Amino acid sequence: MTETLPMAGATANVNFAGLSKNDYRGAPSTLCQGCGHNSISNQIIGALYEMNIVPENVVKFSGIGCSSKSPTYFLNRSFGFNSLHGRMPSIATGALFADHTLKGIGVSGDGDSASIGMGQFKHVMRRNVNMVYIIENNGVYGLTKGQFSATAERGLELKKQGKNLYLPVDICMEALVSNATFIARSFAGNPKQVKELLKTALAHNGIAVLDIISPCVTFNNQDNAYHSYAWGKDHEQPLHEISYIAPRNEIILEKEMEEGEIREVAMHDGSVVILKNLEKGYDPSNRFEALRVMEEAQQNDWLITGLLYLDDTKPNLTEMYDLVDTPLNRLTEADLRPGRASLDKINASMML
Amino acid sequence: MNKIINDFSITVGTVNGSGSSTANNTIMRTIFKMGIPVSGKNLFPSNIQGLPTWYTIRANKDGFIAHHEHRDIVIAMNPASFARDLASVIPGGAFFYADDIKQPITRTDIAIYPMPIKTIVRSDPNIPTNFRDLVGNMVYVGVLAQMINLDMDKILSALTFHFKGKQKPIDMNFTALKAGAEWAKANLEKKDPFYVEPMNKTDGMIMTDGNTAAALGTIFGGVQFVGWYPITPATSVAEELNEYLPQLRTREDGKNTYAVVQVEDELAALGMTIGAGWAGLRAMTSTSGPGLSLMTEFAGLAYYAEVPVVIWDVQRIGPSTGLPTRTSQGDLTFAYFIGHGDSQSIILLPGDVYECFEFGWKSFDIAERIQTPVFVLSDLDMGMNQWISKPFQYPDTPLDRGKVLFEKDIEELKGNWGRYLDKDGDGIGYRTFPGNKHPLSSYFTRGTGHDEYAKYSEEASVYMENMDRLKKKQETAKQYVPTPVLHTMKGATAGIIAYGSTEAAVFEAQHQLNTEHGIKTDFLRIRALPFTKEVDAFLAKHDQIFIVEMNRDGQMNQILKTEYAQFASKFKSVAFGDGLPASAKWVREGILTKYESKKVVVKKAAPAKKSAVKKAVAQKTSAKKTLKKAVTGKMVKKANRK
Repeated sequence: MTETLPMAGATANVNFAGLSKNDYRGAPSTLCQGCGHNSISNQIIGALYEMNIVPENVVKFSGIGCSSKSPTYFLNRSFGFNSLHGRMPSIATGALFADHTLKGIGVSGDGDSASIGMGQFKHVMRRNVNMVYIIENNGVYGLTKGQFSATAERGLELKKQGKNLYLPVDICMEALVSNATFIARSFAGNPKQVKELLKTALAHNGIAVLDIISPCVTFNNQDNAYHSYAWGKDHEQPLHEISYIAPRNEIILEKEMEEGEIREVAMHDGSVVILKNLEKGYDPSNRFEALRVMEEAQQNDWLITGLLYLDDTKPNLTEMYDLVDTPLNRLTEADLRPGRASLDKINASMML
Repeated sequence: MNKIINDFSITVGTVNGSGSSTANNTIMRTIFKMGIPVSGKNLFPSNIQGLPTWYTIRANKDGFIAHHEHRDIVIAMNPASFARDLASVIPGGAFFYADDIKQPITRTDIAIYPMPIKTIVRSDPNIPTNFRDLVGNMVYVGVLAQMINLDMDKILSALTFHFKGKQKPIDMNFTALKAGAEWAKANLEKKDPFYVEPMNKTDGMIMTDGNTAAALGTIFGGVQFVGWYPITPATSVAEELNEYLPQLRTREDGKNTYAVVQVEDELAALGMTIGAGWAGLRAMTSTSGPGLSLMTEFAGLAYYAEVPVVIWDVQRIGPSTGLPTRTSQGDLTFAYFIGHGDSQSIILLPGDVYECFEFGWKSFDIAERIQTPVFVLSDLDMGMNQWISKPFQYPDTPLDRGKVLFEKDIEELKGNWGRYLDKDGDGIGYRTFPGNKHPLSSYFTRGTGHDEYAKYSEEASVYMENMDRLKKKQETAKQYVPTPVLHTMKGATAGIIAYGSTEAAVFEAQHQLNTEHGIKTDFLRIRALPFTKEVDAFLAKHDQIFIVEMNRDGQMNQILKTEYAQFASKFKSVAFGDGLPASAKWVREGILTKYESKKVVVKKAAPAKKSAVKKAVAQKTSAKKTLKKAVTGKMVKKANRK
C-alpha cells in the first residue's frame, strides 16, 4: 500500500481504503432471480465500499433461511458465521466480545427473527450489541416453500396454506419497545434509500435494526400482498429523504424540527446523515413519535420508511463491560492466568 | 457406656429458609478445624421458605465420609418433620429438639435432650427481636458443642470465617451459642456415647464446594467469556465467577480481561459461548440437565462447526424438572451423544473438588486443542456441598491454545490454508479468529455441509470424509483427556468402575467388602470419555466388573457395553438413583447382590448379611460395629422413605 491513501475519484476503481469494489464482493447468489435479498446484498457491498470500511473489520452473521444464506454473497474477506434458526443474535453477541473494535452485520429474515428467534431478537436489542441487524422481510418462509411468517398480514392467502388468521408482528415496533437504539425501515425496491440507511446504520454505535421489505418473487408476490413489489411501490411512505456524507463535513444536530426542515443527524463516528423531513416535525429521537407514526402507518396500511428512531447516547455492549483496550482474543497467558501467589492466598483462605 | 469418638453422623432437621445453614456450616467447619475428617450434605427442598430440610454431617476418624444413611444424632427444629426425625434416630442415639415443639416423645431407647431455644434467645437483651429466629439456630450449636465437646475457639474461628471477620454478627451469634452451651452444661446430663476429640487429619487441607472449585479452576484456565442462565444446582458456578473474577482478572485501571453475561435462556447461553469460542475466547457456560436439553441444538453446531467451548453440567436428578435439588449422574449418555445426526462428545468426570479445579483449567486446553465442546459433568453433591480436599494445585502446564493462525502465519503460508484441512493427520485443522487483519485469514463458518476450505458442499464424499475426520479427532482426544485413577488391592480379581462424586462411597464399600466379606476389589475411577487404554486393560484383567453409578439405567454400563462388547458379559451394573448422595451401603449391597464366587455364594442381600455377621464376629470389633450400623441403617432408611 502506498503511504498516502488514494484520493476519492483519483481512480474510479478504488476507495479511500485502497480497495476496489471486488474486495467487497462475495460468492454468486443461489437465491431466486429477482429476489429482493440480492439487491440488499448489493447495497451492503456499495455501502461498505463507499464508507471505506475494511472487510476485515466486519464480521457477518446469520441464522437460517433464504436471507440467512446471503452473507456468503457479499464480503468474502470478512469472517462469517451462518448459525442456527433464530439464534444469530447470541452467536453475534458472544463473538463481538472477542474483539470490541469489530462491527457486526447480521442478516436475518422475518421467520428467523419474528418467530423462532423473537426472544433472542428482543434481547440483542436491549443489550445494544454493536451491529447492524438487517431483517429481509418478505412475510413468508421461502426456503421451506411458502408458509406464513409472523409478519404476514391477516387475510393473506397462500397456496397450500389457506388464509392467514393472525395479525402481523411489526418488527420495528418490537425493536422500539425492546429499547433498540437505531430503527429504520426500507424497501428493497428502493435501493438508494436502502444504501443510505445502511450507511447510517453502519455509522451507529450499538444495535441498528433495518427492517427491509424484500418481496419473495416465488412464494409471496401477489400484487395485493403487503410484501409484494407492487404493493410496496404504491404504499411506500418515506419519512424523509436521506443521504450520507463522508465524515469530513462536520454538521451539528439541532434539537427541534420544523415542518419541511432539513434535519442533520450526527452519527457516532462523526459522519452525518441529512434527513429531509416530509412529515410534520418528525423527530427520530422521540420514542413517542416513533411509536405514533408506526401505529398510524399500520392503521392506514402505509409502508413507512426511513429512520424511525435513533438514540446515539447509549454505550454499546462491550463498552458496558469495561474491557481492556487490547481485543480479548489477543490476550496472552500472562494476561489470562493469575499468578501462583493468588492461588496460595485462595487456598489459605479455604483452610481457615 | 463406651464412648464413640469421631465416628458418627449429625442430622439437623429445620424449616427451609430459617437461616440454619450458618449454624450447620459452623458445626461442620468446627469439626474440620479440629482435625477430624468430615463431610456435610445439605438435603434441601426445591423451595425458598417453608418446606422441611435436613443437613447431615458425618465425622469419621478413618476418613470414611461418604453420605451415611443412619442417624446417630438428630437435632429437630421443625414441627413438620418432628415425628419423622424422632423415628429416624438409631437405637442408642441422641435426639435434641426445640422444646416449643409440643409433640409426643415416643422413644425410650435414645437420649432425649429438650432445648429451651426461644427462652434462651428472649432472655438475651443483646439480640434484636428480628434476629431471634436466625440466632436461635446458634443455640442448638451451643448445646451440641457442650454435649459432644466441640472446641469453642474453633467455633469462633468458624464463625469468623463465615462472617468474613465482621465483628457484629460474629459477636451476636457467638453470644447466643455460648448461652446454649452454658444452659446445656447446667441442665443436661450426657446420656449418649458420641464425642469429638481433636485429631490432625485435616492439617493442610482446604474445605470448599465443587462449584467454587470449578469457577476458580476456569479462572486459572484463563476463562474470558461466560454466558449463563440461573439453574439449580449450577447457579453458584457463575456466582463464584462473579465473586472471584474481579479479584483475579480485573486490572488496576478497572479494565476487565473477561465478560460474564447472564442471558435470557440456555439457548442464548450456549449460543453466546459458541460465538465467543469461535472468535477466539476461552468460553464456557454452566448449567444442569434441563438447561443441557435446551442447549442440544447448539451443542451439535459446536461439534460440527468445531468450536471449542466448555459446558459445565452440575447434574441433578430426573427427566423433565425432576428433583431440582437432588443429585444424580443421569446426564452421561445424553451428554456423550448429544445432538441429532452422528455426534460424540468429550466428557470430563471430576471426582472431587480438587479435580473440579484441575478440570476447570484443563477443559479449555482440551476444548481448544481438539476444537470441540468439552462437557464437564459434576453433580449437585459435589457442586453444592462442602468437601475437604488437598489444596488446589497451580496448573503445571502452560495454556494450550491449540492450532491457531495469526497474520504472520497466514503470510508465511501465502494464504494457502483450509480451516478443515487435516494437515497433521490428527483430524484437527487450523483456525483463525475474527479481527485477523490478513485479507486471506477469514473463512465462513456454518452448520451446513462444508468442505476442507469451509465452502458449502452437499457432495456425498465430502460429507463422509468430514464426518470421518471428526471421528478421528475423538481418537486424537484420547491422548489429551485425564486418564483413570486405579486403586488396587492385592489378590483382587473383581473390579469396580465408578466415576464422579461416588468415590468416597466406593472406598468405604471396598473396605467393608474386604473386611466383612473377604471380597477384594480393584477400583478404576474413570475421569473422561472417550475411554483411554487404561480402561481397556482394566476390563481385560478382571473377571467380573461392577459399574457403580447414580442413575436408574446404568448409563456408564450402557456406554461400556457398546464400546467393549467383547467384555460385556463381565459387566454388572450397580446403578441407583434416588437423588441422595452415594453411600457405601448401596454400593456394597449392590455389589453383594450381583457378586459371583465359588467360595461365597450370595443369592440375596439379606442372607449375605447373616453369613457376613458370622464372619464379622471372627474379625475385628470395628468391622462388627460398622456392620451393625449398616444393618440398622437399612431399617432407618426404610422408615425414612415411607
